[in-house]
Amino acid sequence: MKSLSILAATLAFSTAFGGAAFAQTDLTMWYHGAGSTVERDLINGIITDFNGSQTEWKVSLQEFPQAAYNDSVVAAAVAGNLPDIIDVDGPVMPNWAWAGYMQPLQLSEGALDGFLPGAIGTYNDQVYSVGLWDAAVAMYARKSTLEKFDIRMPTLEEPWTREEFDGILETLKASGEFEYPLNLGMADQGEWYPYAFAPFLWSFGGDLVDRTTYETAEGALNGDAAVEFGEWWQSLFTNNYVPGTSQDMADHETGFIDGDYALQWNGNWVAVNTLAALDDDVVFLPAPDFGNGPKIGGASWQFGVAATSAHPDGASAFIEFALQPKYLAAFSDGIGLIPATAEAAALTKNYAAGGALEAFYALSEQQAMLRPVTPGYVFEALEFRKALSDIANGADVVDALDAATDAINADIARNNNYAVAP
Amino acid sequence: MRPNRSKSLQSNTLAGWLMSGPALLLITLFLIVPFLLAFWFSFTNQRLISPNPTQFVGTSNFEQLLGVGALVLEPETAADGSLVVADDGELSYPRVREFTRNNPDFQHLNGMREWFGWDWGNSKVLVLARDLVFMKALTNTLFFVAVVAPLQSLIALLLALMINQKLLGINVFRTVYFMPVVVSIVVVSLLWRFIYDGRSGLLNNLLQFLSFGQFQPVDWLGNPDTAMWAIIVMSIWQAVGFHMVIWLAGLQNIPLTLYEAADIEGASSWQKFRFVTWPGLRNTAVLILVVITMQAFALFSQIDVMTNGGPLDSTQTLVFQAVQRGYEQQNIAGGSAISVLLFLMVLTISLVQRYVTRER
Amino acid sequence: MAAVTSPNQRLKISLKYLLLILVALIFVFPIVFMVVSSFKPDLQLLRDTSSIRAFLPIGDISLDNYFAAFRRAPVGLFVFNSIFVTTLTVIGSLFLCSMAAFAFVFLEFRGKEIVLSIIIATLIVPFETIAVPMLMVVNSLPWIGGSGVTWGWLNTYHVQIVPFLADALTVFLFVQFFRDLPKELIEAARLDGASWFQVYSMVIVPIAGPVFATAAILKFLAMYNQYLWPLMVTQSEQFRPVMVGLQYFFQLNTAWGEVMAYLSMITLPVLAFYLFLQRAFITSIASTGIKG
Repeated sequence: MKSLSILAATLAFSTAFGGAAFAQTDLTMWYHGAGSTVERDLINGIITDFNGSQTEWKVSLQEFPQAAYNDSVVAAAVAGNLPDIIDVDGPVMPNWAWAGYMQPLQLSEGALDGFLPGAIGTYNDQVYSVGLWDAAVAMYARKSTLEKFDIRMPTLEEPWTREEFDGILETLKASGEFEYPLNLGMADQGEWYPYAFAPFLWSFGGDLVDRTTYETAEGALNGDAAVEFGEWWQSLFTNNYVPGTSQDMADHETGFIDGDYALQWNGNWVAVNTLAALDDDVVFLPAPDFGNGPKIGGASWQFGVAATSAHPDGASAFIEFALQPKYLAAFSDGIGLIPATAEAAALTKNYAAGGALEAFYALSEQQAMLRPVTPGYVFEALEFRKALSDIANGADVVDALDAATDAINADIARNNNYAVAP
Repeated sequence: MRPNRSKSLQSNTLAGWLMSGPALLLITLFLIVPFLLAFWFSFTNQRLISPNPTQFVGTSNFEQLLGVGALVLEPETAADGSLVVADDGELSYPRVREFTRNNPDFQHLNGMREWFGWDWGNSKVLVLARDLVFMKALTNTLFFVAVVAPLQSLIALLLALMINQKLLGINVFRTVYFMPVVVSIVVVSLLWRFIYDGRSGLLNNLLQFLSFGQFQPVDWLGNPDTAMWAIIVMSIWQAVGFHMVIWLAGLQNIPLTLYEAADIEGASSWQKFRFVTWPGLRNTAVLILVVITMQAFALFSQIDVMTNGGPLDSTQTLVFQAVQRGYEQQNIAGGSAISVLLFLMVLTISLVQRYVTRER
Repeated sequence: MAAVTSPNQRLKISLKYLLLILVALIFVFPIVFMVVSSFKPDLQLLRDTSSIRAFLPIGDISLDNYFAAFRRAPVGLFVFNSIFVTTLTVIGSLFLCSMAAFAFVFLEFRGKEIVLSIIIATLIVPFETIAVPMLMVVNSLPWIGGSGVTWGWLNTYHVQIVPFLADALTVFLFVQFFRDLPKELIEAARLDGASWFQVYSMVIVPIAGPVFATAAILKFLAMYNQYLWPLMVTQSEQFRPVMVGLQYFFQLNTAWGEVMAYLSMITLPVLAFYLFLQRAFITSIASTGIKG
């Protein structure tokens, strides 16, 4: 009975409390991190702060598992059921903006000053989304391994060249210590392929689509540079430098830490775990330069406002509120991602000057390049992934790239060049 | 009598529609209407998401899927008219892309890809497909059905014969053999990825152990030659228990007196199976074949979880492609066209099946 | 049970058991692997997959993965949602489909042959290929509920239930079964003045227990394992079922131990349900003698 009366009292209290906030307009927000308790706590922290900081808006959160997030948003859009605030993977944003899911943000002047370019989502000269963080990919290596095989430590100014990189892989393979010297993460067959591997293509001089018009992939994805990239890519697998598309999920996650691989091309979100396992033996190296400068992919998950939102001002107000350095820093500390501003970076334990992951901030700032900013990217990414898988499995390089090019061009044509009908 | 009979028919009609009505309404609303919508979409350029209005495009989606062409490649000749022979003694041929990409003389082949081909004297005859992935999905699906339908029926029958014995504790085995059926196919696919793993997979380790180390590990899901077989074995493993139970039902339906009579005649085990068991299972066999065929055509989850259609399209299937196009590629029209073709194909096959197995 | 007499017979029976056990191992090993793995920490779990250790509960064994799974996701809620949706659908579909099948088999009414043919043809349509049109349909339907008439069914329980209350396979199963029932039963009841519904509910249902069990199992499996549809129609966590919940465990670094724990937990209710109906199920098909 006693506990019952306490319950009743609690209910009465919360009702009264809820009543006080009655004047606030409800805003809903969707986030892709269901299942990650750290992210849930961080996001809820921001929401609680925001709801307490003013009396006009009250944000509530709905979480989705990442693997199901895009499908959920698309289904909701088909049904006209989107929330006010959505988060969106950077390269997908133009597709959703074009389709009319999203509207430009209403941020105050200068709100995005000092943000990493990869954290700002611009389409048709308007800012549709902004990220609290960016992500970066680096070549993980052990200092001890590099020293043992007399491998030069590359720098941002002087990255490994293609010849150097190929030579390193050959040396490592020939040592017999590694069945595969390099882990590219082929087991992870989602957005990882274009995110992590398109930068190699860019460094060779190719691209997923011709960025001057975004109306054809001819020459970009099947030109000489792209074919050269494709042949190099295939050589990684024919030489057994890299495990193929059927890579063991377990090996992908623990192989580098276990010492099965000498090098690992991976995102900074696993850096914290790797550091914990290997201490200061692990180093994060910049991408090799295949001729057109070292490149990595920019843009991670970002926040935006749904086109159907009745309160875009409130939604934008929340997003602007979330851009405070302390939240950027909190996310970075929590999940290891790169804070979107230098000011926030200084507040974090890993990205502050002398921090263990400081290297990533510079990588993101200097090498990050956006995936093609076009509604057609979603399709291009799929074709690119298929071409890379097929080439890795022994398909003819030129034919595979031709096929991807034709499919992309057909998709662009089917969508009237991704123009909006007047 | 006349008015009376028609009255009874009328009341039957009302009762019939009333009793079947709720189910019919639901099936119409949630199966037939969506399918008719899909049918309509297959003649349009319907997108999953697009700001642009949907347009009627006629049969172009189907032409895109089914388009095939032929090309005869002549060996390359040197300036003096002699055939160019490479170092390995092989003749050299021009690349297919020279005909299928932006070649004004071969407009009808534009965008097509090599599907298969054969040698014809010094020439090569190639069959090209406009949508190679679809063609591979089609042939893979037919292959899967052709292997799984008979094999799974047969294994299910053998298992049913095994558990139809009067042995102590046989119910335990009936339960165990049925267990994979109750586990979700998604769950099963996840587990079997560990089993099929090319490096440290359980299957490779088992085979190495059994062969005293002679067996070389195979990358079951990573090799185009083995991937589909790996899917087939797992699919049979997962579903065979269900059909086993249906066979078992059929077996138990056969009157014991028939076996007793056969015993008196001195029939061997095989003769009993051939002349008593098998004839008694005829209707069961038809049911099982129909159900397995339908299920095999719908192959999707295993592919989605285990291979994504790869390697080199060796495990593409029609439903997987329909879903890929509809959702991932946001091309509802293209996905719907595949669904419609699948429907027509299975309908044809089941009509043929019905005709062949009809009561004579 | 025949008495074992000669050594020859004894050998024969031993061989039979040996074969039965070997086959049983083939069917049970992935499930043992799943359950055993759920008690192991991630690193050990992944390393053990390469040997017989994968099937043995040895090493660092604990319930940690189970606790972690509950911290990560509202497992109880997901299981409740799935069982709730599945149970209601199974009950509803058994009633509606058996009644429809009854009408098709025992009542003569105009148009039934063509209707039955259409239903059987729809057996062929894989759900995945009509999911999007179906989304459009449910989104434009009204619902009368506590808050009056609302349009669109998204984010509810009924959007997961109503579309699956009638399906071709279940109707087909009942039709095949009813065809084998003796017509005299019906005629006798009709002569006694029973209405058609009374004949269905008081004569047919009581003797059709086995096929109800068969249909229940089939429907239960199909519903409990749904993924695509709930993913599309439930944006709110409150309504999510177990297979959507599974995705909670595939974040950036997959926690395989927790995955195995979650898989074991969500498989348990189905197994329990099956064991509960197993006797009825096996004897059911046995006595129904489904005919093609």
